[in-house]
Amino acid sequence: MDAVYNRPFLQAGKMPVSLGGYLETNSSYFQTDGVTDGLSFQIPRLTVFMASTIKDRIHFLTEIEFEEGGREIAIEFASMDLAIHPLLNLRGGVVMNPIGAFNQNHDGPKWEFVSRPIASTTIIPATWSNVGFGIYGKYGFGNFVWAYEGYITNGFDDQIISNDQNKTWLPASKLNPDRFEESFNGVPLITAKTAFRHRKAGELGVSWMGGVYNKFEIDGLPIDARRRIDLFAVDFNSVIPRVKTQIKGEWVWAFIDVPDTYTQQYGEKQQGGYVDVVQPILTRKMFGWEKCTLNLAFRFEYVDYNVGTFNETGGTISDHIYAFVPGISFRPSAQTVIRANYQYQLQTDLLGNPPARTAGFQFGFATYF
Amino acid sequence: MIKNKKLCLFLLGFAAIIFVACEKLLPGAPAQNELLDGPVEGLTSEENSKFLAGDVAFNDAIFTVENGLGPYFVATSCGSCHAGDGKGHPFTTLTRFGQSDTTGNQFLNLGGPQLQNRAIPGYQPEQIPAGATSAKFTPPANTGLGFLAALTDAQILANADPNDLNGDGISGVPNYISAPFFFVPQSFHQPLNGKYIGRFGKKAAAIDLLHQTVNAYNQDMGITSEFAPAEPGVNGVPAYPLANPEVAVNTVLDVVFYLRTLKAPIQRDPTNENVLAGKQLFTDLKCASCHTSEWTTGPSDISALSYKTFYPYTDLLLHDMGAGLDDGYTEGIALTSEWRTPPLWGLGLAKNSQGGTYYLMHDGRATSIEDAILLHGGEALQSKILYEALSDTDKQNLIQFLESL
Repeated sequence: MDAVYNRPFLQAGKMPVSLGGYLETNSSYFQTDGVTDGLSFQIPRLTVFMASTIKDRIHFLTEIEFEEGGREIAIEFASMDLAIHPLLNLRGGVVMNPIGAFNQNHDGPKWEFVSRPIASTTIIPATWSNVGFGIYGKYGFGNFVWAYEGYITNGFDDQIISNDQNKTWLPASKLNPDRFEESFNGVPLITAKTAFRHRKAGELGVSWMGGVYNKFEIDGLPIDARRRIDLFAVDFNSVIPRVKTQIKGEWVWAFIDVPDTYTQQYGEKQQGGYVDVVQPILTRKMFGWEKCTLNLAFRFEYVDYNVGTFNETGGTISDHIYAFVPGISFRPSAQTVIRANYQYQLQTDLLGNPPARTAGFQFGFATYF
Repeated sequence: MIKNKKLCLFLLGFAAIIFVACEKLLPGAPAQNELLDGPVEGLTSEENSKFLAGDVAFNDAIFTVENGLGPYFVATSCGSCHAGDGKGHPFTTLTRFGQSDTTGNQFLNLGGPQLQNRAIPGYQPEQIPAGATSAKFTPPANTGLGFLAALTDAQILANADPNDLNGDGISGVPNYISAPFFFVPQSFHQPLNGKYIGRFGKKAAAIDLLHQTVNAYNQDMGITSEFAPAEPGVNGVPAYPLANPEVAVNTVLDVVFYLRTLKAPIQRDPTNENVLAGKQLFTDLKCASCHTSEWTTGPSDISALSYKTFYPYTDLLLHDMGAGLDDGYTEGIALTSEWRTPPLWGLGLAKNSQGGTYYLMHDGRATSIEDAILLHGGEALQSKILYEALSDTDKQNLIQFLESL
């Protein structure tokens, strides 16, 4: 809720144009069943924000991301917002579809873990943004706040079931260079989310995103049936009073209409999610910085890319990942995090053969600027 | 200041512990005898590079609509059918169709011999034409194929006994196959009436690994190459050539090199007394009459394959397996009840590539080693009868031996 504007640069002053962003960089050393590519250093993303108040209740905001050292440059967000009423705001441009919580709350400095959640980046293909229009608003009563968002945008394409991952892979649609120019099939993707926040208990969000992903006709001639993709997500976050334990997570279910005559390699159902628990263990002045925090963190995540059974045997299709990520983080300020993680992951193939065991260490930092 | 010093020491100590413990926290490699993939020992660095290129093409290259998949196909990659280079699963078991006599496949112009049972969106998969017979083939393991390819025809023929002149009830017939245009005979090939001995495939219908690989690209994935420039025909539509190959010659050759240089499975626990007892029973029951244990290669252009002794447990010949395994379909001069003796090496690891369940025999119909033994008939009937007469302990020892391979 309010993720897009919940960024520090907006509080930096009242200049007509605000500039900010964040940087993530890290090192990693992973090993899979005794095989390692060694130590690597990465700069996964450098993101620049620009915002402007054009007129009272008319705002512009953009987020331009340089990924992997500039190999990929993307407009992740670029919208104009018209605030008509707290309950009704119009937004148009490149918007981040409000599915789950991570897709909009993906800024590296907000997280105690170097890696992004697997389900939130491979089932929900965060960061998933598209060109379109929509409305949003919120309403507060007592300790509660209710909010909603709804958008129609361009959507997915048939690469989600035809890609080099050999599985239903929603991020494949991000490879379509034309997706900010035209809809793949002319049918809008609809995304809607509602969330309730209790000022003490936390926030619960429910969201849906659905549309037709394939090209079903060319020049008016039918070439296939209309095939839908629908995602449902639940997200939550809370802070336990007194001990200040932060708990957050999300779970997503994806339903994809894959032709029966295609290969079961591409799943018709996917599901997955994560739970993060972050426990501050030390909050005080450290190394001369006020209000520093040292955290212990733990993430459990699971993703199943192909929920179902084999037509040939009736046996369960696997293709899933379990991961456990303990970590430690140090925040010299709320806007900067230095973090070290250990990740242990078990990845089972489609057939359910003995899993590939991957483990490794990551160290890095992320900071708003 | 003192607190900061303690904090620094804590963080440095923590980092040191992680650094020291990291080896313990990282998953080690499984024992070599637990894996089927990996190269043969003794490859040169140049050969290792070629092996790796083939590994990528075999296991990582995924075919999609964009790069040529289908439109009719069985699988989307080589690795889909041979997880970890092991045996396949019913999910990727393929179907071949034709007829029951040995006059050659009469259904080639109707999409034979292989059924493309899947299709890209918007297309309907192939159907078996009326009048055709068919059989299902579960993908075999790939390991050690280079050793089998390095044998000479003379070595294979030395075990052939088509007329059972020695009277042991075991014949052993080579399958003679018409060579494709790209086949280049080696000095060790011995053609008969212009045909060559097949040594790969359930019916021994592929002469060498290039033949096998080209067919797999074309018939399993609908991928054309200079070796097989036509998309497979389906549903009565004949095969049609494409102007540009969908896979490069070099890639096909890299895959062939990869298959040639995959290591042979390594037996586990070979000195276990139960395994040794089972090995003796394997001989006593005359299983080894067809499942020939030991071979030695001759010279090879890959020195790591030259003059090597290996233990595949196959004679590469066709044997009549009885009415129970007669699917009414044939390839080459094989009779419908004749099947090439499958190598038994790696048998105990089959479950690790088949999703935890055995799918044995040519079509995966046996879900245990004992089931597979009991499905033996024809020339192997006597061995099956002898097995049934064993005590439970002896049966267990025999199976333990087979699982050790």
